Amino acid sequence: MINFVLLISRQGKVRLTKWYSPYTQKERTKVIRELSGLILTRGPKLCNFVEWRGYKVVYRRYASLYFCMCIDADDNELEVLEIIHHFVEILDRYFGSVCELDLIFNFHKAYYILDEILIAGELQESSKKNVARLIAAQAC
Amino acid sequence: MEQLRTIGRELAMGSQGGWGQSKEFLDLVKSIGEVRSKAEEDRIIARELEHLKRRLADPDVPRRKMKELLLRLVYAEMLGHDASFGHIHAVKMTHDESLPLKRTGYLAVALFLDERHDLVILVVNTIQKDLRSDNYLVVCAALTAACRLIGEEAIPAVLPQVVELLAHPKEAVRKKAVMALHRFYQRSPSSVSHLVSNFRKRLCDNDPGVMGATLCPLYDLILEEPNSYKDLVVSFVNILKQVVERRLPTSYDYHQIPAPFIQIKLLKILAVLGSGDKQASGHMYTVLGDIFRKGDTASNIGNAILYECICCISSIFPNPKMLEAAAETTSKFLKSDSHNLKYMGIDALGRLIKINPDIAEEHQLAVIDCLEDPDDTLKRKTFELLYKMTKSTNVEVIVDRMIEYMINITDHHYKTEIASRCVELAEQFAPSNQWFIQTMNKVFEHAGDLVNIRVAHNLMRLIAEGFGEEDEGADSQLRSSAVDSYLRIVGEPKLPSSFLQIICWVLGEYGTADGKYSASYIIGKLCDVAEAHLTDDTVKAYAISAILKIFAFEIALGRKIDLLPECQTLVDELSASHSTDLQQRAYELQALLGLDKNAVESVMPADASCEDIEVDRNLSFLNSYVQQALENGASPYIPESERSGVISVGSYRSQEQQETSAHTLRFEAYEMPKPSLPLATSQTSMSTPTTDLVPVTEPGYYKEDHQTSKSQPPGDAVSGEFGVKLCLDGVQKKWGRPTYSSSTPSSLASSQQTTNGASHSDGGGSSSQPRESSYGSKRQQGTEVSAEKQRLAASLFGSAAAKADRKAQASRKTAKDSPSTEKVATTNVTAQPVKEQVIPAAPPPDLLDLGDEPVSSNPPSADPFSQLEGLLGPASAAPVLSGTPATSTSKAPDLMSIFSDDVPTGVASGSTDPTLGDVNSTSSHKGATAVASKKGPSLQDALQKDATARQVGVTPTGNNPNLFKDILG
Repeated sequence: MINFVLLISRQGKVRLTKWYSPYTQKERTKVIRELSGLILTRGPKLCNFVEWRGYKVVYRRYASLYFCMCIDADDNELEVLEIIHHFVEILDRYFGSVCELDLIFNFHKAYYILDEILIAGELQESSKKNVARLIAAQAC
Repeated sequence: MEQLRTIGRELAMGSQGGWGQSKEFLDLVKSIGEVRSKAEEDRIIARELEHLKRRLADPDVPRRKMKELLLRLVYAEMLGHDASFGHIHAVKMTHDESLPLKRTGYLAVALFLDERHDLVILVVNTIQKDLRSDNYLVVCAALTAACRLIGEEAIPAVLPQVVELLAHPKEAVRKKAVMALHRFYQRSPSSVSHLVSNFRKRLCDNDPGVMGATLCPLYDLILEEPNSYKDLVVSFVNILKQVVERRLPTSYDYHQIPAPFIQIKLLKILAVLGSGDKQASGHMYTVLGDIFRKGDTASNIGNAILYECICCISSIFPNPKMLEAAAETTSKFLKSDSHNLKYMGIDALGRLIKINPDIAEEHQLAVIDCLEDPDDTLKRKTFELLYKMTKSTNVEVIVDRMIEYMINITDHHYKTEIASRCVELAEQFAPSNQWFIQTMNKVFEHAGDLVNIRVAHNLMRLIAEGFGEEDEGADSQLRSSAVDSYLRIVGEPKLPSSFLQIICWVLGEYGTADGKYSASYIIGKLCDVAEAHLTDDTVKAYAISAILKIFAFEIALGRKIDLLPECQTLVDELSASHSTDLQQRAYELQALLGLDKNAVESVMPADASCEDIEVDRNLSFLNSYVQQALENGASPYIPESERSGVISVGSYRSQEQQETSAHTLRFEAYEMPKPSLPLATSQTSMSTPTTDLVPVTEPGYYKEDHQTSKSQPPGDAVSGEFGVKLCLDGVQKKWGRPTYSSSTPSSLASSQQTTNGASHSDGGGSSSQPRESSYGSKRQQGTEVSAEKQRLAASLFGSAAAKADRKAQASRKTAKDSPSTEKVATTNVTAQPVKEQVIPAAPPPDLLDLGDEPVSSNPPSADPFSQLEGLLGPASAAPVLSGTPATSTSKAPDLMSIFSDDVPTGVASGSTDPTLGDVNSTSSHKGATAVASKKGPSLQDALQKDATARQVGVTPTGNNPNLFKDILG
């Protein structure tokens, strides 16, 4: 299961956070600080996974944005890497060649889209078309 | 220039920049984007929060505006600030009639609150109402919020409606209802346990999305009790088959692969259902074979499926053909250039070697490459693999490596883990006690505070007890070497507390035992320890007790000893300590100094730490007192069981116990209960103490009072013996003693016994022999893998190789190998007769190894010289890989590298256009447009966005050149 989703810019600025397991505000700040220290410093050719406090964090960089998902130790990392990409592809389709600014100013829309893809930390829909249809129906 | 920019921004603000938010909000986001420091950001957000607080409290704010204020609140909280004053407004907004506002309310509530929050109670009612709404979008929003907010107590409030929604005409609602139920199940399994049939029904849903969602709860349920879902195996296999055959709508395709996420979930489920079930596994082989055949190793998602397939195969009932396919894919992963795939390959290898340890052999060089990789993630994964394949022949190399790595990491969590793994491996497989103690010292020195204190006690016990029956000389030699090393180490700063405790204890116990060091020298050292750790009472207590022991031994030997001034100060200080424990120890020391030789000897006998303290259960020292009391007219004690007619349950039980051993009825009083004979011999020591102890508390025991002590000796002897056993029991079986795995079959244990007689030489010999042969083979082939790597490989995998070899020798009689390999084998035989003779010397430890792996032994089918070939295979392959990386990268273009076009990857990702990297590193504006022009169809779009972006004023400053680049480069 996915415990949380983080979008951090290369400068360590938070662009989006979604917590599926309960974390207090204090813990959240700590987690973000720890993980940005861990992930932003990693070189380009290394694994897209980091082991962290008994969990695994899968991250992927798109332009200057890092998409991170924290998963349990027995989850399939490659699959989660593709879930991230699935999310990005849907964002891209929705915003039309998405860029970081779209997410900065429309973070609530990004949240709505994420809610259609993941629910309670599990992938709920793997068809891009279905997600797009629902988002369009909601027309927010 | 600055002025111009400001004007441009003002203008842009007027037109709202096309993002549909107010100027205020854009200003906020913009200013946050431009801050240089965290403090500045905090100031801005604090001001914003003040502002929001005022605005939200204003009753005249239009609802539309309210929505934006709420989003600003979400933004502030996302940046890590406390916006709890606004939570109630979010809750209020969920009541709103208009859908956009309601959704915003739900979004904010789901982000602000979780199930433990007090305000949730106010939302539950709204959720309940909205679940009944006619508008399916409202229902969806409510379900999404329910997943986040409904905790255990609130589940019954919404459960009926959610269950009803499972039959909703809209598939989106059904899907979310399934997911909500899954969440409820995770929160409180009992609340939805009666709804399992619903999940089964939803598995047949017409909509693939709903079916896919249903797999999530089913997976959890099946994990819990696989046996109640065996009937679904065929259905799952059928679904998987249909997915693989592309029967699902193409909208579920992802990168040309049919519904990969559903495939992976199904594979996970099958892995659980097929585990240890031959019949269920039988259904799966065909479809798994299909997946392997169609496997797409070029894409990430294809590899994800293949990896899951390997996991499945290693979990279900083994099938040689499947294992072969899995091993083949694993080797593809390991040989890949991508770190991600190597990582998965290492993980897969770890799973496969559980079934067939020989698979690792082929990949030894790849594994060593991963171990030496600069990537920490990969390194850790490789250590995990090594941990899984450790046995007595390679434990030294592996644990040394682990410790070496452990020393340099700062991550507490991982350090703890690797330290405990070192301890575990050392305890299980240590080739010699010497090595064990040295290893433990290293672990304690570098991670002492992170390991369990139990380990420290085990180490002390080991040093004290020595190695049982073996000769005393070796024990004392070991102790003095421990003393030597501790004296060397003790002066070092920042030693962990638990390690200091061990040091103090050992120095106190054995510091002066071999006469090498004078008592005052050791005492001086111990005083230093106590002084250097003023805050650590435990260490001080250990130190003062150690000093006390040394004094005692000296006095017992009749030597005169002066209290050193520093020792005197320490004693004075401790006798005035706040800790009563320290005080007592200090006073004890002072008291002891005043005693004479004989008294000291009986108070503190030398080297008696292993002696059992005998408990006089009969309280025989009271006999004379009792006698006297009786003479004075006291009434004698009547045991409970003999009192008028009252037969307590306890005595009945003890009676019964006696009966089972004696098989006769007895009417006279019982003597001290002894554990029954069969128990003493066959039962594990774990259970004996209880049977031994229970009767003691029972009334039968009191009869002993006036019984003669004739029956005492045997009983005592038994309990004494048990005492020793009991002591050893809490300790994990270890230090290379043959008895460590109680579960091993006796035949194996006996073979271990024989080898263990010469455990030292075995450890060294078996690791060096394969090394030798690997050298030979290397020379033969003339490959240029570095000698060091070879050596490491040999020491890690050597035993496996030797085993394969030995096994193969047996199989040579049947001679089923292909003629070509056979030929190679025979030529090898003639070429290297010497080696042939050397290798058979190794078998005994291998037998040991077989015992270690809880695996069904494979039929002997390996080639006799696979040991040599195993080393050669990858060796010859590796240079090819490293020599021509271009071919492999271009053949399998890595999606990752395409999408993550960060600046330095220009060179790294071979498949992407090298010019892209160059463009990126030039000025940001150019970079943005250049990337935009690369995007072909959406060029116009991107340019436009770029322009608006610049208008808004979030112009790229130096520190964020990539801001405008489209995410999907």
